[in-house]
Amino acid sequence: MLRNSGGIKTKANRIRGSRLGISCNELKDHFVMTNSIKPPKRYDVVIIGAGATGAGTARDCAMRGLKVLLVERLDFTAGATGRNHGLLHSGARYAVTDGESATECIKENMTLRRIAAHCVEETGGLFVTLPEDSLEYQKTFVESCQRAGINAEVIDPAEALRMEPAVNPDIIGAVKVPDGAVDPFRLTTANALAARQNGADILTYHEVVDFIRSGNRICGVVLRDHHTGELTRVECDIVVNAAGIWGQRIVEMAGAKINMFPAKGALLIFGHRVNNVVINRCRKPADADILVPGDTISLIGTTSSRIPYDQIDNMTVTPEEVDVLLREGIKIAPALAYTRILRAYAGVRPLIASDDDPSGRSISRGIVCLDHAVRDGIEGFVTISGGKLMTYRLMAEWAADMVCKKLGIEGKKCQTAEIPLPGSESKEEGDAHSRKHHIIDMSTDQKAAEGRHGTLSSEIATSDVDDALVCECEAVSVGEVNFAIDKLHVNNLINLRRRTRMGMGTCQGGLCACRAASILGDRLNCQQKALYDLASFVNERWKGMKPVAWGQTLVEAQFTSWLYEGMCGLDRYQHNEQGNNQ
Amino acid sequence: MKYDTIIIGGGLAGLVSGILLQERGQRTAIISTGQGALHFSSGSLGLLACDATGKPVEKPLEHISTLGASHPYSKVGAEKTAIHARNAKALLERAGVSVVGNEASNHYYLTPIGLFKPAWLSTVDSAVSLTPDGAKWGKTAIAGIKGFLDFYPGFVADNLARAGLKCDVVEITTPELEHMRKNSTEMRAPGIARIMHGDALVRFAKAISDAAPAAETVIIPAVVGVDGQEAVNELRRITGKKIICLSTHPISVQGVRMQLALRRYYEKIGGTYLLGDNVTAGYMEGDRLVAIDTANLGHGSLKADNFILATGSFFSRGLVAEPDRIFEPVFGVDVVTEGKPHDWYKDNLFEAQPFVEFGVKTDAGFRVSKDGKTISNLYAVGSILGGCNSLKEGSGAGVAIVTAMEVAGLLAPEKKG
Repeated sequence: MLRNSGGIKTKANRIRGSRLGISCNELKDHFVMTNSIKPPKRYDVVIIGAGATGAGTARDCAMRGLKVLLVERLDFTAGATGRNHGLLHSGARYAVTDGESATECIKENMTLRRIAAHCVEETGGLFVTLPEDSLEYQKTFVESCQRAGINAEVIDPAEALRMEPAVNPDIIGAVKVPDGAVDPFRLTTANALAARQNGADILTYHEVVDFIRSGNRICGVVLRDHHTGELTRVECDIVVNAAGIWGQRIVEMAGAKINMFPAKGALLIFGHRVNNVVINRCRKPADADILVPGDTISLIGTTSSRIPYDQIDNMTVTPEEVDVLLREGIKIAPALAYTRILRAYAGVRPLIASDDDPSGRSISRGIVCLDHAVRDGIEGFVTISGGKLMTYRLMAEWAADMVCKKLGIEGKKCQTAEIPLPGSESKEEGDAHSRKHHIIDMSTDQKAAEGRHGTLSSEIATSDVDDALVCECEAVSVGEVNFAIDKLHVNNLINLRRRTRMGMGTCQGGLCACRAASILGDRLNCQQKALYDLASFVNERWKGMKPVAWGQTLVEAQFTSWLYEGMCGLDRYQHNEQGNNQ
Repeated sequence: MKYDTIIIGGGLAGLVSGILLQERGQRTAIISTGQGALHFSSGSLGLLACDATGKPVEKPLEHISTLGASHPYSKVGAEKTAIHARNAKALLERAGVSVVGNEASNHYYLTPIGLFKPAWLSTVDSAVSLTPDGAKWGKTAIAGIKGFLDFYPGFVADNLARAGLKCDVVEITTPELEHMRKNSTEMRAPGIARIMHGDALVRFAKAISDAAPAAETVIIPAVVGVDGQEAVNELRRITGKKIICLSTHPISVQGVRMQLALRRYYEKIGGTYLLGDNVTAGYMEGDRLVAIDTANLGHGSLKADNFILATGSFFSRGLVAEPDRIFEPVFGVDVVTEGKPHDWYKDNLFEAQPFVEFGVKTDAGFRVSKDGKTISNLYAVGSILGGCNSLKEGSGAGVAIVTAMEVAGLLAPEKKG
């Protein structure tokens, strides 16, 4: 499906020759290819922000034939997209309080199962009632689900225990719902890939620092390259602001005003899959009442607290948040009390004040799509925000509809709900790309890679050298690392982690990060950059471990500093300007 | 069974105490849960590589007198620390571990990413230099092994070039290594070392010579000689080159070699090394520990006049952290911490982390206490002591050896003459 497919192997092999001191002009070309644009720099639409919504909007617009540029100041999923539960909501969670969101959710839930099969795990979900909660709520809950079109089935608590042995055995009620797990990293990358297949250009680590204007019209953006500091002017007909919580600044830069209310949500990651079915607590939504299995781990979340807008780039998890997550989480699944916590993290929900109530008391939790020409008299500028990860595709559809309408394009229908994402093509189509028809022929890392990349995994080189494991916890091979560098916009270890799960396992990078850094150093032909990157990656891992630094997590942390600082001397590679690699 | 001394923990500190006591006529046993931290070390040991701020130290003994009162070296005393440090090399030699270096001046070892760090004693096959800014190795090549990911020729070559030594980077393989690569998890340093003898070693040597015919010195990953130095000597003989072994990512072949040699020597001189066992209970009489239970040997099975706790730091489970406390898991002896849990950890991993300095509480004679009362025959040695930032100082091995020697001296003084 990808252009240039089949060319990878030779290229990867040739580039690996850099270990032998071969000159690397070719590498620079490669680097530029994946993260630069060629003149003339003019687009129909520039989309700001490569979270799920931005990448989805890029895909939608590109599929409708528009010439698209997607720009992101950091990396794909660096914002709220990469910092949530990874829950494929059935919508049941919102059924009682927000029927509209619930209806949207269940519809998108079914759509994502079709178009993003390789990003979705069909785990099923439970809403359980604890002895301390009221069964009365269950009745209201089930009725609301039915109204929203969510298949909610009351089951015997004993059956719930059979379905999910990790659930608290004292539950007094259980409802089965079609929840699942979705990997937001894969989902976003797949959308970006689809956009690229349809002709879109993508620039990561490029920040919009100004708009190009003509009267009251926005007709382009000025981009700053985070790596080189260079400024580039890009002209376009329409700019779509899909920057999430950071979108408030984009709107202000355009000369208008929007009121966003950052709500911080903290989560804990456990070291293995405690549960295989999503467990929700059947009560009015509150702290720490959803436990989601995802890949090799389980996640408990979330908390919810308003934070000042100037703190949105400064997310840390407090001891109080860890306490409440653990205390409440243990009530849903008692095994959490003695399961290793890998790390803690927090994200920011972008909530928007309704335009008719700028005080913020009435906050919209639904999708907000603003035509700033109508709202503020600024032509060529659209903001898409609010919503949820679950409704990213619908948000993208609304934004693309508005772009088409503004451009006067008619008859270009949205196809994003029908056409599968790259990696999720149908079995037959997928098989045509796969060399491996029998799962028995596949190694553990090949199976893991297929789980991560779906049909795209056929592009991962396999040989005894390529199959060597970089990350043993998550079974990431040399071939997969090279694939990610070649095809998935990887410039540093954090990018690589988001694309492959390298460093997300129980050793938290202790053993794999140096191997991966060495490959990156060779591929990007800059050893010193790779070493600085390694030091900042190791420190980024510590950031999530520190709030839960006890037991085995502290053991791993001590091992990591022993290895990297004590033995290697990596402490000499500390960046002064941290954060640029996020 | 009754011993003179039972040592809990079979890493560097435990082995050194066991060896000295055994050599001085005691009947001893070492109980070890797993492998010691040496398995995760480089081929170099530190006495005092840097000061508390991380600045390299040239003459470690001169700095020892300036250390704070809580430092294990200060507890031993600067003079005796110097004596113990001087005796360490001979002890290692008796166990068959050949090392270079001395306690008066640090030398510098090449780290896995190609930097030079100060060290006290290094195994003779290590990549070392007398100066901190590069080595005089003549025409040097770095030989990586095809498909082996735990060695970083790119980093090493780049950093050595910055230090003024331009090296060729070559890649080698042999039929045996090709075969090993078929299994993606097999290509780790100890796995390779296990097959590196006989014909396989000869072919490896030949591959080195073929890949770097003109080099005087060849830096290879430390993947030969788990059992001893002989395999490395053999490579040197066959190639006629100076072959130096650079530490890989763990497990470390040089560390395993040192651990194995010490353990074999300890057993050879009559010590009992119980690997894979755990102490499950201790029995007190008055202020004395008189017997312990172990998981394998059961109730009241092991008695001794004296006990040594050498179970290491957090990494070796000698100390265990919980959200609100840090404790010693074997006997629950008193632990010194400082501040609230929130203060134990700093945001930047590379900052001096307070938790690293925590350890068991001891009196001037390294005896531990429980609930404030000294246990008169239970001593602590090695990194469970805390009292210093051994990571920043590069003093982990030094503290292990010096405190083990000190306590061995208390329990069985060295015979004069």
